[in-house]
Parts: sequence; structure tokens; C-alpha cells
Amino acid sequence: MVVGIVGYGAYIPRFRIKAEEIAKIWGSDSESTAKMKGEKAVPNLDEDAVTMAVEASRFALARAEINPEKIGAIYVGSESHPYIVKSTSAIVAEAIEATPVMTAADLEFACKAGTAGFQAILGLIESQMIEYGLGIGTDTAQGRPGDELEYTAAAGAAAFIFGKKNVLAEIEGTYSFTTDTPDFWRREGEHFPRHAGRFTGDPSYFKHVISATKDLMEKLGTKVQDYDYFVFHQPNLKFPLQAAATLGIPKEKMAAGMLFPNIGNTYSAAVPLGLAAILDVAKTGERIFATSYGSGAGSDAFSIIVKDAINEKRDKTVPVKQMIDDKLYLNYAEYAKYRRKLKGAGE
Amino acid sequence: MFENTRPRRDVAIIGSGCTKFGELWDKSLRDLVVEAGVKAVEDAGIYGKELQLIVGGNMSGGLFIGQEHTGALFADYLGLNHVPAIRAEAACASSSVALRIGYLAVASGLYDYVAIGGAEKMTDVYGTRATTALASAMDQESEAYCGSTFPGVYALMAKRHMHQYGTTRHQMAMVAVKNHENAMHNPIAHFQRRITVEDVISSQLVADPLRLLDCSPISDGAAAVILAPADLAKKHTDSPVYIKASAQASDSLGLSSRRDICTLDATLHAAKHAYEQAKLTPKDLHVAEVHDCFTINELIAYEDLGLCKKGEGGKLMESGQTMLGGKIPINTSGGLKGKGHPVGATGIAQIIELVHQLTGKAGKRQVPGAGIGLAHNVGGSGATVAIHILSNKL
Repeated sequence: MVVGIVGYGAYIPRFRIKAEEIAKIWGSDSESTAKMKGEKAVPNLDEDAVTMAVEASRFALARAEINPEKIGAIYVGSESHPYIVKSTSAIVAEAIEATPVMTAADLEFACKAGTAGFQAILGLIESQMIEYGLGIGTDTAQGRPGDELEYTAAAGAAAFIFGKKNVLAEIEGTYSFTTDTPDFWRREGEHFPRHAGRFTGDPSYFKHVISATKDLMEKLGTKVQDYDYFVFHQPNLKFPLQAAATLGIPKEKMAAGMLFPNIGNTYSAAVPLGLAAILDVAKTGERIFATSYGSGAGSDAFSIIVKDAINEKRDKTVPVKQMIDDKLYLNYAEYAKYRRKLKGAGE
Repeated sequence: MFENTRPRRDVAIIGSGCTKFGELWDKSLRDLVVEAGVKAVEDAGIYGKELQLIVGGNMSGGLFIGQEHTGALFADYLGLNHVPAIRAEAACASSSVALRIGYLAVASGLYDYVAIGGAEKMTDVYGTRATTALASAMDQESEAYCGSTFPGVYALMAKRHMHQYGTTRHQMAMVAVKNHENAMHNPIAHFQRRITVEDVISSQLVADPLRLLDCSPISDGAAAVILAPADLAKKHTDSPVYIKASAQASDSLGLSSRRDICTLDATLHAAKHAYEQAKLTPKDLHVAEVHDCFTINELIAYEDLGLCKKGEGGKLMESGQTMLGGKIPINTSGGLKGKGHPVGATGIAQIIELVHQLTGKAGKRQVPGAGIGLAHNVGGSGATVAIHILSNKL
């Protein structure tokens, strides 16, 4: 029996702020502000990486229709774990009633921590150490006020339950490409990450995403033409589309998984959410290629084939599109409050 | 004002080498120096041990990579320990000034074989820190402390030029378009991308009226040439290029002390000296590399070098005469805007473009029959200007 996805779930907070609204505050010139497009998802005051992970996991369980106690491992990838020391994954496990006979751990690898968890789970299932595993990418990403990151750093989560029975999509292969490339980091005690500007492009994002994608296709003997959908990590609109152009992937194949213009960069959740959005529309037999990117730096690539079970499972809960469309706009002042950027508040 | 330099002997360039310019993330300053230096020595067909002096232009190793004392470092990494090495610093004109020091050393008869280089590693720091490092070349008291940066200073010059002479936004944009077009044919250029006037005018505002595409980029790169006395040059190459003039002038660091902010007086003085030394006039030039750190500065250079009347730089650009195929093609290399601007390397990179042009090796950028070329390199907003005139005939 092949290993695959038995359930998936997404969660996107309702609040949005437009890039234009942020630009207005930070004094970009008016013409550039007018050109600013896109918006990003913002969490409410009582939302964090844990609550969003729980929401997404419940949706995933609704599709998987398994007893949560059968989940043998939960890995939560995030760069905004609410606690430095205290497990996000144990809280999620308790909340979905998967405890206590199971393992859990929090992962961090910038924006690819979620997919790194997926790979660990696939290994545990293949080696028959567990029957089902839950991998989650969740983030309430941070951007220093006024920094470029503030225009895009967003919030969201996606959860995937893997197993061998009744899979809605088969994981045909996975592959990783990792180097020590310091393009983006946040040290302990710092509230906001730092980044090395343009260095985050060619030697970082493009090198890893393109290498991982090419190498996995080579390993599997597949070509761009064999896939119906591609989803790449989307820290902005330009990077994934440029990587696609380099690899000869037509724009149309990127459309279904491209959520950046609607919700921004959801970091560890970005590729998992894009994959969830694709599964919401994909047909039996179609092939999906997903490549994450985490600064630091590495990429995980996955080749996925959609199976029959998608048809009965898909509609058991809310699709990603509904969460994207259900939104309320914040102005910058409200956003500053919700993201706790006002100095002195609550002291 | 100037005493005309009377060189004791003529000086030739017998070899050159240059790295690619751009965001060279996987190369250090040392890597760049070695690459350009070795290429130049190989091109000259000499042994490293024949070199008697090294002069290297480097603007701010200290602020960009925390490394000063780069003269000796250049010698060290080129395997030339014990050869005297000097670091020349004159902001963005550092390596032209290095060339002038080397020229004086050979012309005086003190040395025969001298290596001149220029290198800058600018992308190891954030853009904001690079801007601060560059701003250390402006007047700290009258300009930098007041919050100005180089784009700000050149924006003042552009505004005044537009006001006084009717120079247009469109004319400035044409400089960037031309130089990007030329860079398309230069394999070492930072940018290999065609742009339009509309692209320039709609790019992000940096310092009114200058926009992103009016500004030269932050680049890494290194360039080197080998000098020898003219009478030894033919031993090494069939096509030496001779330095017919080497001139330099200074002005106030700060813009506020200048006679006229639409003119670089240092260019006027250095140009006068250079034309006198070479016994040439602007009309004799076939090709020139000028300092287009911002588009406005190329137009000002046209005027101050005597290629047109004061105030008519924009019109000269519009006439097409400075484009490839025109009467006096300017910045065939792509200039600082298209080729890139690793500040310490820029002066020598201009010289190398002229060497290519005067020896018929400029490929698709070749100006047919080019025999005489001028290089104009500016430090800061014009506090240092170095001008060299080269010829393929003695």
C-alpha cells in the first residue's frame, strides 16, 4: 500500500490588511503606493500558531474520518511557536484528542518547517512505526514595522494527515536540497526577523527551489508536462513565478496554488495551504508538484498523484477559497493593535 | 593653474583583466582581486615577479567588509609579497587615481612594470549600510550630518539643471536606456536587460527627480591593467594602448561650496589639462567612458568635457550622437548604470573598455576605427575628477 494524504485542512484568519494601507503609513511615494497590490491575512488577538494549527487539524480530521487516537506522531512546523520552551505539538495533540500514546515535536526551519515534518511522518509510516501521522505548517509571521517584510508577513495554517489507507492523494516521491545559506534569521530574544536583502533571491530561494524541483523530477523520471499543478513557496508574487519561468512551467499551472495575492506570505503554512487549495479543485489522476523553501536554507519537493478518494472527502469540510473570501479589512491602527505593535499597551 | 606634466617617457597599457560585475554572492574581495589581477598579468604576457609596483583602488574596504590595508592585501593575494603596494582612495575615482599614480611612476622612469587595479565588494552589507559607506565620501559636516545621501546631492544638481537649462526628465531617462542597451552587448555587465524611457520614468522614486533606474547599481567587481614604458610595450603585445594624458583635479567635498552646482569644476580643470597634455580637442575623440553614477551626471559630463555647450547635454543625448553609431559614442561598455559600479573598480573598468575599443576587441559594441578615447571618473559629487586620454598610436 502506498503512503499518501488521508486528510487535509486549512485555516486562514478573517482579518486582512492591504499592502497599500501599510505603504500609506510608511511613506512610500504616492505613485508606488498606488501600484501596491495584494493583501495579507492577520490573526486576531486570541489567535496564534497553536490555535490556527488546531483549527486546521480539526478540518483535516473531518476529511480523514479516523479516530484521532490512531495518530502516532504530530509534528508542527512554525517560526512563531508561542513558547520558546513548551511544545506547540503537545497542545495540538491534546486539543484534537490524539494523546497520550504518540510522539510529538515542534520543528523550525524558517518557512519549510511544515514540509520537513511531512517528510518525517512519511518515514515513520513507511517504516511501520506509526499508522497515521499529522504534519502541520502554521505561522503568525512577524515583520518589523516599516520593513519590507511587513507588507507580506501573514498568518495561516494547514494540516495534513498521512497514512496508507484510503488515501486521497499518493506521495510519489520527496526530495530535499539543503545548504547553510544565511539569508533570513531571527535570534532568540528578538521580536522580528532580519534578512539579507537581495541575497534572499538568487543564491537562496532560486538556488534551492529550482534545484529541489529539478532533482526530484530527474529522480522520478518525470517532466514539467507530466504535472497539472505546481506550488512553490511564495514569499512574494515574483519569486515563484520567476522560478516557474526558469523551469519552463506555464503560469496556468501555478494559478490554483498561488494564494500570495490574497493572503500574503504565510511562511510555514504557505506551501501546505497552496497544496490544500489545489486539492480542493484537483481531479482523480492529476499530478501535483509542491516545493517549499525555508531560509537558512533548504527546499523540500513532493510529487503527488490525486486519487479517487478525493471525491468523497473533499466536501466534508470548508474549502480554502471560502476562507479566503470570508474577510474583514483592518486599518493600520487596528492592525498594529492586533499584532501587538503598540508600545506600552497593556503594561 | 596647472603646470603641464612633461612625462620623461611615454607609458603604455600592455594587458588588462576584469571580473564579471554584479551581485557576486560567492566571491570575496580577495577572489575578485586575484581573478582580475591574474587575467591582466596573463594578458600582458609577463611574469608576476617582473612587477615592481602595485597600486590598487579601493574605496571603502573598511566599511564594506571590515578590511583596511587593502594595498598589501592585493599584493599578498596576488602572490607578490615584498612588491611595494599602495592603496589609492578617492571615493568612486579611486582606481583612476591609482592609474595616475602608476602612470607617474612609469613616466618618471622609476619603474618599468606596474600593476594597477581596482576592486570593491559591496554586497556583503545591506543596501542601507552600503549607502552609508558611500556617503562617507561626501562632506560629513555640511552634507551627511544633515541627512543627505549621494542620490540626494545628485538630485539637487539635477533639479537645478532642469530649472536652469530646461533639461527634461525624458532626456535623463534616455541616458539609462542607452547605457542598458550598450550593456546588453557587454558580457561582464551587471545588467543584461533592455529598459525603456517609460520604465525609467515609472520606476520607484529615490530622490526627486531621480528614480531607481536613474541610479547606478551596487555591484561587486575588480579590474586590472599592466603598465609598461612605451619602448618596452611591443615586446609584450602587438597592440599596446598609450596613455596620452593623465589628469586630475579637486574641488570642495560639499556641494554648498561650489561655484555652480550644474558644473563639475574639477572636470573642467582636469579636462583642460588632459586635452593640453594630449594636444587634442574634444572633437578628436572617437569614444568616451564618462561617470554616469546618476543619469544627470552623464549629461553634465558631456558639457564639462566640451562635447557640447553648457546646458546642452540633454539635447546632445536626444540627438543620438552619443549612442553607438553616433558621432561620439559614450559609455559603450554600458557605463556605471548598465555595466555596474563597484566603486573602487570603476575607473580601471572604464580604461579597459577603451582598451577594447582602441584595439578593435569590443565586439558588438565596437566603434569602427576608434583610435582615441577618453575616460572620465568622478569621486563623490565632483571633489575628485580623474581624466585619461588613450590612443592606439604613440
